[in-house]
Amino acid sequence: MKIPLYTFCHARSGDKGGDTNVGLIAYDEKGYEIIKRDITAKWVKEHFRSVVKGPVVRYEMDNLLALNFILKDSLSGGGSESLQIDAQGKTYGQALLMLEIDVPAAFAEKIQFWGPDEL
Amino acid sequence: MKEFIRIGNAQGFWGDSVEAPREMLEAGEVDYITLDYLAEVTMSIMQRQKYKDTSKGYATDFVRFVTQFADEITAKNIRIVASAGGVNAPACQQAILHDLQAKNIHDLSVGIVEGDDILHSLDELLARGAVIRNMENGESIEAVRDALLSANVYIASRSMADALDQGAQIVVAGRVSDPGLTLAPMLHEFNWKDDDYDLVAAGTVAGHILECGAQATGGNYSRWWDVPGFDKIAYPVVEAYPDGSMIITKTGGSGGMVTVDTIKEQILYELGDPKNYISPDVVVDFTTIKLEQAGKNRVRIWNISGRPPTHTYKVSASYLAGYKASGQLTVTAPFAVEKARKVAEIIWGRLENLGFHYEETRTEYQGINSCHQDMAKLLALSNEVVVRLSVRDHDRDKVERFGKEIAPLVTNGPAGVTGFAGGRPRPQEIISFWPGLIAKQFVPYSVNVKHGGQQ
Repeated sequence: MKIPLYTFCHARSGDKGGDTNVGLIAYDEKGYEIIKRDITAKWVKEHFRSVVKGPVVRYEMDNLLALNFILKDSLSGGGSESLQIDAQGKTYGQALLMLEIDVPAAFAEKIQFWGPDEL
Repeated sequence: MKEFIRIGNAQGFWGDSVEAPREMLEAGEVDYITLDYLAEVTMSIMQRQKYKDTSKGYATDFVRFVTQFADEITAKNIRIVASAGGVNAPACQQAILHDLQAKNIHDLSVGIVEGDDILHSLDELLARGAVIRNMENGESIEAVRDALLSANVYIASRSMADALDQGAQIVVAGRVSDPGLTLAPMLHEFNWKDDDYDLVAAGTVAGHILECGAQATGGNYSRWWDVPGFDKIAYPVVEAYPDGSMIITKTGGSGGMVTVDTIKEQILYELGDPKNYISPDVVVDFTTIKLEQAGKNRVRIWNISGRPPTHTYKVSASYLAGYKASGQLTVTAPFAVEKARKVAEIIWGRLENLGFHYEETRTEYQGINSCHQDMAKLLALSNEVVVRLSVRDHDRDKVERFGKEIAPLVTNGPAGVTGFAGGRPRPQEIISFWPGLIAKQFVPYSVNVKHGGQQ
């Protein structure tokens, strides 16, 4: 069953020169098992191919139930050199959360996600 | 020794909330307030200001803050550690003492930390055998020597602790590490030694969490809809203990929140290899950190380990790398997306007809996919789109010429093109960042504490 990552993870991203880091954090252990197994560096590179020119490196942080991705050369130069509206990769964490992955139906059914109230 | 101290951060970058320092001071719940005014690009801007006027080149906001609230700072005995010195800490110190004098305040001491600015001593350093290489591509700083606008070293946090040891109520630093602003009061209060690596690492993690202000108290949080009172958002505080344990909480505004999840996000912010977080003072392992909710808006953090620091300091240099400009137009339905593409095609076509080619151009469709590119799920119907065009080039005239091609579209392009405001896009300087390393022995620091009335 395909569900967006934001239903069971949260994220934050920021810049380091011309690179971006995206931290992806699962809300619980079960969710972390899934992202640790399925959200590989290769998977992120594939989905972010329109913005990442270099490789993607992944670090595991079991203590935070988190993965830290370094997206090399992903800001068209970064800093004041970049022509991108999002020159600091502030929104890349949210882009990752929008992506969908396959999860077991039993896991998906237990997720209690509620978003913003009607705006 | 105090049982614990409370250190707050009320400024994450130059341009952060101007009210936060006042709110934190008025709340009076901290022993120290740290204020971070420097980003990578800030140093070059301040170096420019100093070229024009040798008494400038620091964060003037900070001088106003200290002068305006000097009585309250003294009465509450809150000490302030700020990277407000930019490239001219002595001038910042002078300005504060001068303004205090004018208000007849003589009992506030202001200490500065110097030694980080190596722009003008670069030739001498290289002659003495210092090797300064780019961290990413290994090239020598001599390759960008002539274009350099600034060159600063992230110096040891001990420098700021020394100023506190010498009695400074206000510590003004130049280029120090961001987490160091928070670590320094702990070094001072708890008599931690440079080789108490686990303790120094703990203080560094606290500083990492605090350094972006409200990003630890609900700002930038993915579940923004859960955050109460954004309009009165509080700024973060660490309640630090001599054994390196800590509680992160908040003060100032009544809004925002401190939970395990908001803190986890900030721990991951701008993080590289989590096992090797390198600061001037220590190498920290972020993979052993433990955290738990210890009450409402209180998160306990412990189990942090550190290793000896590297033998080099990071150099943050910048150089002029050409010009850029961006212009935008808003288009509406019917056929907003198609129209936006057409508008871009027309402008690029006209510049092409005139023979203008640029080192880089970019077309973005705001409201469609300007940030997420191909990851964006394209909506079937977009009623309005902002088309944003940008160019980059070393030739300023070419960049300026680009700016003249935006406005005409309102009358000589498709129907329903608007949103051209604020005049023609002007060329902006591109200041490129050059990160390098230098052996620590070449960069000694000095501390100078002056008391009120002493100028």
